[in-house]
Amino acid sequence: MAWYERVLSVDRRLIYAAMGVAVIIPAIFTMHIPVTLSSEVRAVHEFTEEVKDGDILFLAIDFDPSTMAELLPMAEAVMRQVFENDGRLLMSSLSQFGPPMANELITRLAREYGKESGVDFVYLGYKPYPAITILAMGTDFRVPFPLDFYNQPTDELPMMAGVHNFDDVEGVIALCGGNAADMWITYVNAKYGMPVALGVTGVMAADYYQYLQSGQLFGLLPGIKGAAEYEQLTNTTGGEGLRGIPYQTTTHFVVLFFIILTNIAFFAQRSARARMRA
Amino acid sequence: MGGTDVAGLIWTGVGALITLAIFSFLYRDNVVYKFVERLWVGVTTGYWTMLLYHTSFTDKVLDPLFRHFSTQWFYLIPTILGILMWFRMSKRYGFVARYALAFYIGISTGVYIPLAIKTAILFQLQGTIRAIEPSLNGIMFAMAFLGILCSLSYFFFSKEHKGVLGVSSKIGIYTLMIGFGAGFGLTVMGRVALLVQRVIFLRDYGIELFHAL
Repeated sequence: MAWYERVLSVDRRLIYAAMGVAVIIPAIFTMHIPVTLSSEVRAVHEFTEEVKDGDILFLAIDFDPSTMAELLPMAEAVMRQVFENDGRLLMSSLSQFGPPMANELITRLAREYGKESGVDFVYLGYKPYPAITILAMGTDFRVPFPLDFYNQPTDELPMMAGVHNFDDVEGVIALCGGNAADMWITYVNAKYGMPVALGVTGVMAADYYQYLQSGQLFGLLPGIKGAAEYEQLTNTTGGEGLRGIPYQTTTHFVVLFFIILTNIAFFAQRSARARMRA
Repeated sequence: MGGTDVAGLIWTGVGALITLAIFSFLYRDNVVYKFVERLWVGVTTGYWTMLLYHTSFTDKVLDPLFRHFSTQWFYLIPTILGILMWFRMSKRYGFVARYALAFYIGISTGVYIPLAIKTAILFQLQGTIRAIEPSLNGIMFAMAFLGILCSLSYFFFSKEHKGVLGVSSKIGIYTLMIGFGAGFGLTVMGRVALLVQRVIFLRDYGIELFHAL
């Protein structure tokens, strides 16, 4: 068997093993990989920096544990930034498996910053059918959420005094692991005219850049790279985003190596077949 | 991490074992992987069922109809429409379900289509057709605009792709390839992020377990 045929029919488990080695290296050795900052992430950071002294930011935690690797670091960095500037958070979680995860995060950070539910943040929780829930929130947050996540009447929470719909918050940052991202653009930006930024998984990111150019989004956090950039901007130490970058680097080297190697093998095979035909 | 207490260590240990069990599929399908896969399906089904019961059925059917009927009697209408959906099970009366579906689809399309046209067509056109500034951003925008026109020309099949159309469709296909490449790169990054998060989890658990022992 020629070398290129051996390369093209390589056992997939060998590739998995190579990836395994690539993720073990940064787990053992400390590596510092610089992260370059992009304008779309800076825009989200600058916007959130202006949410201070009692201003309210709407943060949508529309993802579940399957995408938490990329989106939870973003959520944590945004929450920290708002709390550090004495801003307030209004949150929902419209992905069915996300609410307990979001609760765990906000509870931990609230304890760390000395923030109180109902006063410094309101966590509305989950309702099914994101489109209907988002539309209803445009009328009044109390319509889909008469009670918050902790079963407290939303209307009686001190933070909700005078806060009825999206007109009463500074903007919306939606961290989405699925098609709820489209709904925030369609309903909250197009219908209610609110400034919206998205944090999305790497897989989804390419589909949402066009909304930046058209001004429908004021910022975008794309995948783990976006999370790492945001953590760098907010000086978050030990964040999962920045911790993941060395691993991303080594594994991308492996992926690139196999792409180049198999392409060389492919062209070698093609030219060998052409020679045989001649 | 679940904390350094024994209960936290045990629970995190269960998570670590389940992670390793799922990874075992990379070598080959096996009984441990199958068990964990079914465990996951069972847990999520149970969780979702109860979540929907508490966030939809209780506050949209039970409470309005049995506790607050005098003020929320109108919830009877969607409840009846919901019951009609179950007629799909019957071969004879299956058509009844269409009334509920028609109501739902009618409202959804009425709300969504005008907004979708605004979001996906009008705002996108507005973003594409604009003055080109004499700056680096302007040059990038001009290139993107040219790429859009050439990509559209690639899908114009009423004329043979020769001459000017041939050149523009060629540029168009390269533009599309750049787009697909960016999408592929981001997909790799996303998938690797999932692996990395699990590896960091296992590493942190290993360190915590080592210190605890």
